[in-house]
Amino acid sequence: MTNPLPETRGALLDVQDLHKSFGPHEVLRGIDLAVMPGERVAIIGGSGSGKSTLLRCLNFMEVPTRGRIALDGRALGRTGRDGTVAYPEGELCRVRRRVGMVFQQFNLFPHMTAVENVMEALVTVKGTPRREARARAEAELAKVGLAEKRDAYPSRLSGGQQQRVAIARALAMDPEILLFDEPTSSLDPELVGEVLRVIRGLAEEGRTMLLVTHELGFAYHVATKVVFLADGRFYETGTPDEVLKHPRGERTRSFLARHSEFAF
Amino acid sequence: MEYEWDFSLLAQNYPVLLRGLLVTVELWLPSMALGLALGLGLGLARLAGSRWLARPALLYVELFRDTPVLIQLIWFFYAFPILVGVQLSPFTAALLALTLNTSAYCAEIVRGGIQSVPKGQFEGAKALGMSRHQAMRRIILPQVVRRMLPAFTNRGIELAKVTSLASVLSVHELMYQGRLLSSTYYRPLEILTTVAIVYFVLIYPGSFLSARLERRLAARS
Ligand SMILES: Nc1ncnc2c1ncn2[C@@H]1O[C@H](COP(=O)(O)OP(=O)(O)O)[C@@H](O)[C@H]1O
Ligand SMILES: [Mg+2]
Repeated sequence: MTNPLPETRGALLDVQDLHKSFGPHEVLRGIDLAVMPGERVAIIGGSGSGKSTLLRCLNFMEVPTRGRIALDGRALGRTGRDGTVAYPEGELCRVRRRVGMVFQQFNLFPHMTAVENVMEALVTVKGTPRREARARAEAELAKVGLAEKRDAYPSRLSGGQQQRVAIARALAMDPEILLFDEPTSSLDPELVGEVLRVIRGLAEEGRTMLLVTHELGFAYHVATKVVFLADGRFYETGTPDEVLKHPRGERTRSFLARHSEFAF
Repeated sequence: MEYEWDFSLLAQNYPVLLRGLLVTVELWLPSMALGLALGLGLGLARLAGSRWLARPALLYVELFRDTPVLIQLIWFFYAFPILVGVQLSPFTAALLALTLNTSAYCAEIVRGGIQSVPKGQFEGAKALGMSRHQAMRRIILPQVVRRMLPAFTNRGIELAKVTSLASVLSVHELMYQGRLLSSTYYRPLEILTTVAIVYFVLIYPGSFLSARLERRLAARS
């Protein structure tokens, strides 16, 4: 059911035949994906279908079992003589700077204020001087509408505010690609909107992003491409209109039927 | 029975006890500080990705926690020198044994503390490009140090008491001096009571502090 892939030259992110197993359990079974600069890919699928695992392989929070990932035309990892690919820790740290990630559970650092959360990696990872990092962090917080909350600890912030700080924290590193793993799934319904507005703003800036979400209406409006993941493979791929409004596959249709509450 | 209390000999001999107290403190604080530092390293080693670090660290911790302190003290004075061919003074042997023993317990405190940090904290740090080392130093340890303080204080209190066992190696610490005085003057009641009180005065502040700390932390969370 997978569409033939468009050409991958010029892709910012190029994934080929990606496999990931946990012990005997093969979660990803051959994923091919090319993401062009400025593209926004929404990944949908049932619980346990491997959406998080896929995103986590893209910034090497998980190391793929098989397959290659190229960033901006350069394949990552070193291929040994026997064909196995090794990923040195240093290279992975550099990749993670270029591929930002926003988690469902925010994962803010509770012992740091909002602005300290945002400037932390600028200082420790990039070596930016503290003053400069603070200015940058304040600018990023202002961008997500939280300039006033810069000195608040995460425990004093609502879920929506925490997630916006997490987005600012990712943005401060100037990532080339942003990964969102169900960024609104752990939020109270009334707080979902403020986070989605921030993400939409990033989309309008033309940022390249991959987004796992159950907010199908949001995916429809924001994504340039939608993939439906089932059993560790892309079961159906296409434009939002193709996949969400005119799904061809049986499983895509039944998945969408179960999420029929969304309106375009 | 009417007992005639006689504290006059204590008035004459208190410098002996004071010297003993000094040696007790000289055993206690350095072995605590060194044990803490070593324990931090061991605790991190216990959680290291590499088996070549984690396994030996586990073995070390278990060896020291699952044998009596008394045998450790005696072993480091009588047995260890045969292995390394260098005779240790009783004080050095006691310091070594107490330091290593303390480090094993501190390693477990460190390991437990780090493991109590939600996995998301490592993930958040890693996703920003931090190395393991950076994540540990900047994100994980600052969050656990405070939570580990009561356990460390308890360990310090325990260690202060355990230093008295060094008297079996004839280290001239408080217990040793007390026993010496008491058998010289046949006044165990006055002398040993005084020794116990001195230990109490030495240890109680730590105990008090630890209880307060624990209450403060409990109130916060
Ligand atoms: N670290 C892990 N160890 C073992 N199994 C895992 C791990 N992470 C995910 N899995 C398994 O992989 C499958 C896909 O998980 P996940 O990618 O989280 O799915 P989704 O995000 O689509 O709900 C699940 O069956 C899950 O149990
Ligand atoms: Mg998931």
